[in-house]
Amino acid sequence: MHAEWTKFRTLASTGWLLLAAAAFTIAVSAAADAAATCRSGGCQADPAKLSLTGVQAGQAIVVIIAVLAISGEYSTGMIRITLTAMPRRLTVLAAKATLTTGLVVAAAAVAVLASVLAGRLILPGHGFAAAHGYPPLSLGHGPVLRAACGSVLYLALIALLSLGVATAVRESSVAIGLVLGVLYVFPVVTSVISNQHWQRHLEQTGPMTAGLYIQATVNLRSLPLTPWQGLGVLALWAAGALTIGALIFRFRDA
Amino acid sequence: MTTVTPYRSAARDVRDGFGQLLHAEWTKFRTVRGWVIGMILAVLVTAGLGVFLAKAATPSCSSQTGSGQQGPVQHGAACGGPVYTVGPGGVLVQDEFYFVRQPLAGNGSITVRVTSLTGLGSEEINGQPAGSLLVPWSKAGIIIKDGTRQGSAYAAMMATGRNGVRMQWNYTGDTAGLPGAVSGASPRWLRLTRDGDTITGYDSADGTHWARVGTLALAGLPSTVQAGLFVTSPLSTTYSSSLGVGNASSSPTEATAVFDHVSRTGTWPASAWTGDDVGAGNLGAAQVPAYHQAAGRFTVSGSGDIAPLIAGPLNHGPNITVRDFLLGMFAGLIAVAVVATMFMTAEYRRGLIRTTLAASPNRGRVLAAKAIVIGSAAFVAGLAAAVGAVLGGTRIAQGNGSDLFPEPWLTELRIIAGTAALIAVAAVFTLAIATMVRRSATAILIVIVTIVIPFVLSAPPGIPVGLTEWLLRITPAAAFALQQPAPQYYQVQANYIPASGYFPLAPWTGFAVLCAWTAIALAAAAYLLKRRDV
Repeated sequence: MHAEWTKFRTLASTGWLLLAAAAFTIAVSAAADAAATCRSGGCQADPAKLSLTGVQAGQAIVVIIAVLAISGEYSTGMIRITLTAMPRRLTVLAAKATLTTGLVVAAAAVAVLASVLAGRLILPGHGFAAAHGYPPLSLGHGPVLRAACGSVLYLALIALLSLGVATAVRESSVAIGLVLGVLYVFPVVTSVISNQHWQRHLEQTGPMTAGLYIQATVNLRSLPLTPWQGLGVLALWAAGALTIGALIFRFRDA
Repeated sequence: MTTVTPYRSAARDVRDGFGQLLHAEWTKFRTVRGWVIGMILAVLVTAGLGVFLAKAATPSCSSQTGSGQQGPVQHGAACGGPVYTVGPGGVLVQDEFYFVRQPLAGNGSITVRVTSLTGLGSEEINGQPAGSLLVPWSKAGIIIKDGTRQGSAYAAMMATGRNGVRMQWNYTGDTAGLPGAVSGASPRWLRLTRDGDTITGYDSADGTHWARVGTLALAGLPSTVQAGLFVTSPLSTTYSSSLGVGNASSSPTEATAVFDHVSRTGTWPASAWTGDDVGAGNLGAAQVPAYHQAAGRFTVSGSGDIAPLIAGPLNHGPNITVRDFLLGMFAGLIAVAVVATMFMTAEYRRGLIRTTLAASPNRGRVLAAKAIVIGSAAFVAGLAAAVGAVLGGTRIAQGNGSDLFPEPWLTELRIIAGTAALIAVAAVFTLAIATMVRRSATAILIVIVTIVIPFVLSAPPGIPVGLTEWLLRITPAAAFALQQPAPQYYQVQANYIPASGYFPLAPWTGFAVLCAWTAIALAAAAYLLKRRDV
């Protein structure tokens, strides 16, 4: 565990990537806040979800951080040394998973807090004011707190999913492409499907579409799943990917 | 004495030409199984998602009757398809207006003065009291038309609600004339002349000083046409949200215009004007548009529009376009980007780059050869993917009787070839980035952040349109404009958002943005490759 931490700590790129993930999330969130307008006569926007838009973009960098945690060792051959020093492979994987999740949670917490703060400062100027029935965003409000904490958990689960896939396929660019393809394909495809049976079904299944239900704070009844069920779907994906990754890691040559 | 003949290779002495370099790079690409599989995967994913989207994009006839848990059917006419009016050149059009007409035999002209244009909303909209709604594209003026059949050719001069005087023809043509609104104090004089197939429009503020607005040819206009006064007023639509696909509420409006100083030249065989509600408007029977004439003054009311139909959700035209079948292309693009990255980074990882550069010391040429090989391979893969998605999707959608926007073949060709070109240039961009940063993960990160994420953010609802339009202007993802399926008409108010395929930049301008980024990246990559040790 300490060895894994040293590896993380001494790689300059990890720090930069964590910083980039947080910065990218905050930037896209703030840009989304600034671009949104709520006209008189009812906008259907969900201010909490809106101010957390950046999570959808920032997750790409989280994927890369998690993938590099494992495939970085393969590309340099470091993995052989690691496994010689620590022959219990599942322990190695568990240490990596714990550490990656911890770091991502730290970065995500900063990013999410700053995004909510940006939403609190920017949105009232764009029509999301008390006059239209939007109190300023506050973490003291139950659903907003759930959306914010849920977004941190969402990014942590995305990291675990990526770690699982990267352990299974080893090559970093393939793992990144695979994870991001699976994440983004569901929201893009469901956006044009007007066959509601298919649409509902795909939204419930997709790791990103289902997982992001955790950000919803209005119109919860219209969602195909409750927010926590949605996050559960993502957790299943992450668990599945980690299990496959662990099995392959355990039984294959390094 | 023995003569020693020094060893000479049997190989012919040739210069290390660019051809050999290309061949070498092609061999590298071809013989790595994973890369070829990656390219094939890109084709299969894109085409497969295209076919799936075509199957799932509409509630097809069979799925409606098949399962009991089907949601409410959104497009009432999905089975059998709605019937649209087809205008000149195969454009789907709306052609509804009130027409006060007489036949005009042969050449001639008509001149009128418009002194008033007012509007009526059918209900209270935007908090305004009913009865004072003049929409920006209410139209009142004169028209020369190939008969009263909906969708027939025409040319018209008109005053509009908030867009000044315009000359419009054949539904899509639009030229601006005098600016400003019509009122009793500042009336607008309009004139149309016909000379064979040529129609010329003039406008004037005082009836003495005339300016030509436009001249155009209406091919195949019969010798006797219908000409006269017209008034129409489109639906007033408000979109409830700036966050992509939201809800739209539309309600019909009615415009009323007052004309006088009607004068004509040429042969007008009928003795009186006929009032005709072409297309029956979109108002209920309670408010039948009409006209009356007294002492040379015509008061005409009408509702509807003479305009192209706009495709996409919340618009009047078909809901689905071939571009919807290409949405899966971003996944194929990720696969191609992964291959393009590894095409360069694998050289660094295995140390092969030292061999490559020893064999061909001109580093710029190595980069060029690699760019050509990966670009061509990506173009072929992109072409196969686009052809599969567009043609396969179209076939299935037509088989389902889906509400599919008919694409002119030139646009379809641009969408297919453009998709291939987009993938090819994006692959070269990726290669250049990979050369600069050398590490696969970082290269993929940059490509995904600059190309894939701006596109992905534009698709689902919930993201502000302002943000996605800004991203699709400045990032390399601007090239997705090549897939725009239908033009955005300035003269038609509609829901033009990236999610429905309306991009902020014109197709080839968007492609130029990607090309510019790629050129910059290639130049930087060539510079760094020459400067750095390997």
